[in-house]
Amino acid sequence: MNNLNKVKKLIINKPLKLDCGKTISNFPLAYETYGELNEKKDNAILAFHALTGDQFASGINPITNKEGWWSYAVGPNKAIDTKKYFVICANVIGGCMGSYGPSNINKKTNKSFGTEFPVITINDMVNAQYHLLEFFKIEKLFSVVGGSMGGMQVLQFVSNFPDKSFTAIPIACTASHSAQNIALNELGRQSIMADHNWSNGFYQENKSPNKGLAVARMAAHITYLSKKGLQEKFGRKLQERDDLKFGFDADFQIESYLRYQGSVFVDRFDANSYLYITRAMDYFDLTKQFNGNLSKAFEKSNTKFFIISFTSDWLYPTSENREIVIALNSLGKDVGFAEITSDKGHDSFLLDVPDFLNTVKNFLNTSYKKINEKRI
Amino acid sequence: MKKEFNIIANLIKENSKVLDVGCGDGELMKYITENITSDIRGLEISKSNVQKCIEKGLTVIEGDAEKDLKQFPLSSFDYVILSQTLQAFLDPENVINELLRVGKKAIVTIPNFGYWKVRIHLLFQGTMPITKNLPNEWYNTPNLHMCTIKDFVNYCNKKNIKINSTNLNYNNLFSQLGIFVIEK
Repeated sequence: MNNLNKVKKLIINKPLKLDCGKTISNFPLAYETYGELNEKKDNAILAFHALTGDQFASGINPITNKEGWWSYAVGPNKAIDTKKYFVICANVIGGCMGSYGPSNINKKTNKSFGTEFPVITINDMVNAQYHLLEFFKIEKLFSVVGGSMGGMQVLQFVSNFPDKSFTAIPIACTASHSAQNIALNELGRQSIMADHNWSNGFYQENKSPNKGLAVARMAAHITYLSKKGLQEKFGRKLQERDDLKFGFDADFQIESYLRYQGSVFVDRFDANSYLYITRAMDYFDLTKQFNGNLSKAFEKSNTKFFIISFTSDWLYPTSENREIVIALNSLGKDVGFAEITSDKGHDSFLLDVPDFLNTVKNFLNTSYKKINEKRI
Repeated sequence: MKKEFNIIANLIKENSKVLDVGCGDGELMKYITENITSDIRGLEISKSNVQKCIEKGLTVIEGDAEKDLKQFPLSSFDYVILSQTLQAFLDPENVINELLRVGKKAIVTIPNFGYWKVRIHLLFQGTMPITKNLPNEWYNTPNLHMCTIKDFVNYCNKKNIKINSTNLNYNNLFSQLGIFVIEK
């Protein structure tokens, strides 16, 4: 990750008070943009990434040389059409793609922050990204959109800045991380911390806890897929062999696939960032922020919502997405909701699922048209 | 354009807030959006219909009227529309109560089982009537609670539900459809 000096960064001078009590200032927020901001500055969409995403939503990620994480959805003529809209995406604070995170150098010690980096929350991430509006001189965004942890940021954004976005699309997310969600994240964290190389978070770049991080990724990857999807893709198929080998090598294709997923992940992700970001997700409880009444989070907002869930997503199931719909309906807010049929599990929002992509596209385009009609 | 849509749309005041319960493929919502008010949304149970509504650029909430109307607050809509689906609910009485709670007024249409062709079909053929509005066989019909216009009027009277019948023709023998504006 040596090219990180070249990525676009906004240096935020204004002090940001974090939920943990500490204050940070003069910190970098790495971002990327797609499309062009029009003269009226009314076509901006802020896209929030999920746990292991980054600012490179579309096109080729210059660091990994792979397709951006949301290439199916963001791009020219795509659901989030960059010929029409100006898409901004930032790496969350705590991340490892150029934004302020645990792998940054602590000027006091001249070493990486490691676990001396302050614990951050979804609220902190959103508050940091709000500075992008000021930077681009955008009075009001056209939309905030994101899936999974990105969806949580959408909810937090509207709650924090009720009149700063015309529309919002939270996808496959929740207003409150469940015990199961926390349990699965803890599994990943323990796997990293059990790696001898982790050294309480103060590891060297050439001796990082890759094994622990790879296992964390493998476990998490299973939660992003559905049982049916796994069965159909892999079943009990064997990996380049005709029979079982009676050993612990990867006999099955699914084993080999997971090992591969783990091994490529460690090349692009920092283990401490994984700890910090999963922690931020676990701490997310918008309902509790409003004393048990989720509706209160949206009381001051007139943002038009469209909420999307997937049939086979067991990580952030439809029932949890529906709670957000109920909270908005109970205030009589403008909200649409669709549960998309897909057997690709939680990952559906990142994949080529036509009903999903069409839903996003139609909602955005119709809403944009309506906003412009009102102005005339 | 179905004639029924025209009649329903004419019952709605301009710029009012409307919920179309069981909005189907969104044809009625589209007509109302283009002609009467854009503050309209639909509740629909079928995924394929939800997609059709989204394609039309309509606001739709995927959900089940029997369970999901309760999330809307009291009198949150000026009109709640229920077009030809009352007979398909497990508990139509509960749905009517919810419509009247959520909407200041409810527009309810029902396929009239008292229509003369229906009566004649049953009288002479001795089989369950099949008509344009009731196209299914007895074994695959979604309609669980068929009623006549007279039944519906009697029901409203019994439950002290006001029927605002202006411009409505609910002749039990000659109407294929009953169209009612009701309020508590």
